[in-house]
Amino acid sequence: MTSASHGLAGTTHEPDDTGHFGRWGGRFMPEALIAAVDEVAAEYEKARRDPAFLAELDRLQRDYAGRPSPVTDARRLSEHAGGARILLKREDLNHTGSHKINNVLGQALLTKRMGKTRVIAETGAGQHGVATATAAALMGLECLVYMGEVDTERQALNVARMRLLGAEVVPVTTGSRTLKDALNEAYRDWVASVGHTHYILGTAAGPHPFPRMVRDFHRVIGLEARDQVLSAYGRLPDAVVACVGGGSNAIGIFHPFLDDEGVRLVGFEAAGEGVETGRHAASITGGTPGALHGAMSYLLQDEDGQTLETHSISAGLDYPGVGPEHAYLADTGRATYEPVTDAEAMDAFRLLCRTEGIIPAIESAHAIAGAVRLGKTLGPDATILVNLSGRGDKDVDTAARWFRVVDPASLPTEEPPPAEDADGAVASGEREL
Amino acid sequence: MNAASVTGIDRLGEVFTTAKAEDRAALIAYLPAGYPTVKGSLGLLTQALDAGADLVEVGLPYSDPVLDGPVIQHAVDQALRAGVRIRDTLHVVEQLAARGGRAVVMTYWNPVLRYGVDAFARDLAAAGGLGVITPDLVPDEASTWLAAAEREGLAPIFLVAPSSSDERIAATTAATRGFLYAASTMGVTGARDAVSDTATSLVARTRSHTDLPIGVGLGVRNGAQAGEVAGFADGVIVGSALVSAAEHGRAAVARLTTELAAGVRGQHTGR
Repeated sequence: MTSASHGLAGTTHEPDDTGHFGRWGGRFMPEALIAAVDEVAAEYEKARRDPAFLAELDRLQRDYAGRPSPVTDARRLSEHAGGARILLKREDLNHTGSHKINNVLGQALLTKRMGKTRVIAETGAGQHGVATATAAALMGLECLVYMGEVDTERQALNVARMRLLGAEVVPVTTGSRTLKDALNEAYRDWVASVGHTHYILGTAAGPHPFPRMVRDFHRVIGLEARDQVLSAYGRLPDAVVACVGGGSNAIGIFHPFLDDEGVRLVGFEAAGEGVETGRHAASITGGTPGALHGAMSYLLQDEDGQTLETHSISAGLDYPGVGPEHAYLADTGRATYEPVTDAEAMDAFRLLCRTEGIIPAIESAHAIAGAVRLGKTLGPDATILVNLSGRGDKDVDTAARWFRVVDPASLPTEEPPPAEDADGAVASGEREL
Repeated sequence: MNAASVTGIDRLGEVFTTAKAEDRAALIAYLPAGYPTVKGSLGLLTQALDAGADLVEVGLPYSDPVLDGPVIQHAVDQALRAGVRIRDTLHVVEQLAARGGRAVVMTYWNPVLRYGVDAFARDLAAAGGLGVITPDLVPDEASTWLAAAEREGLAPIFLVAPSSSDERIAATTAATRGFLYAASTMGVTGARDAVSDTATSLVARTRSHTDLPIGVGLGVRNGAQAGEVAGFADGVIVGSALVSAAEHGRAAVARLTTELAAGVRGQHTGR
């Protein structure tokens, strides 16, 4: 079986020396942080060739995170997806409950190598924050996580988990009070703390070397899954699909399939209430080229280049940008990107719960919705590999509210879901679980 | 020489040659366009020039100012919520230039990318702006901008930081025209109680690579600090403290600018 360290071995699909994937990527960031990202890049280059580092990464991924994660044949879900075989790559079964641990263990080890004693992170859904808090506890690092105030409310369980793990969680009250504002605060912290602090960026975005490095730590997802599917079914899947916010779980599972020309790669972006409404977070579908948080990529922005406020029921996808390698893959056509609305994602959430006994993260439910849609067009002979990137424990409040499975008075205060008629009637029967 | 052949870079150079002839540092004042209103910002910037600023930096409000502290974040956020546009910043520059004021624009890079790098350079030069300070653009990514700036005679003004290697300082100074912006400390904008020691060593390191004037910014808030920075730098850049003063109106901006102008002349009364 492939192990995590194989993800770092180098591929034929690399950015140039300054981190450009074609016209995307690069370093659009303050000079004050260039020395820090140069240090990260240099240390990563050394680490990925160091047998001791690679062995330690593999040991942690196996004995601590629980890799390899299994692939589950979702037979009852298949009946709802045109009969296509749906295979779930179970990143939800990793320690901490999502794919995020893959990257965090790698970067935390790198932090130790650099002799730094403190890590900071941004988080949306809280999965990356929990993973970072976990690795920090494991390795004895001080940890501070920035999280938009809106997200601390809708992902309260993960805030509690981070604090239990000993991390400090700082709610960010500027701007839209979501993921992009958490990134802004993390950068502001890092400029002032870079001497002893590493910024564990949580997605395959940001300035070079983060898009490439984070991707490499997640390539284990696709490497394992490719082996698992080949050995179990004697063939490659027809399509590999994943949800795309910043795009780390998607690039991790896509990348090892790039040279398999017969394998379609499809990313599903958060369309919120619909791309046409303007209330969405589908950066590739609805965005234009721009520079935000360190890299050139597709961006949701107005005609003056101001970042637009985004909307998604999923905190982890509620971000106006996307990793630069996805922009590149979209340009070349090697991968395609399609929108999935809140309602479609929540339908898929319910479907996976009821057909497979798996409560997915709402982020991952976007990928399930996409797989079901794709299955209906590809038909019963097709095999679709889905990255089930996280589990849904953190989303129980949001889902319970959406489906009205509990008395609303028993839940923490939050605005009611938007798809409601003025008189308070549920707009469609779809909300019933 | 006719007026058209005098470039923004030339007029920016004069700010520093004049100050040097008077054996002092230049005072550079930052205020964002559109705060509290477009007209109000024009009044505040005019006041700063009248009260002794040699050059103003007109801030172009941006939604994600990662190098700014709370004071400037709050001001630009208010400007954006009131609907300020890129063209308003250009308008403010044009009005300042029309009355003889010298102005550069301070902007994060994405608004310029979206406006169009060539179009922005053309329109800023036409408005009478002298250059652009780019806090999140490093020369490594600036080839399009450097070509456009050169064509329009605008000064590309890059930053050096205490963390910059000598190699990067050399590359950055080579790409810069007008003056170099030295960030005095590792951190975001905001007034500080003491000028960092790192500023003096950064300026000394930078001088070994360039004859360009060096402006020092981040953290200067009063006449005494301005005097201290003027002792080793060619320009003293003040932002957050002026934005804080702007909350109290034009008179407060005038008072602080007067104090700072005395400071760069070594005449501050102490605090």
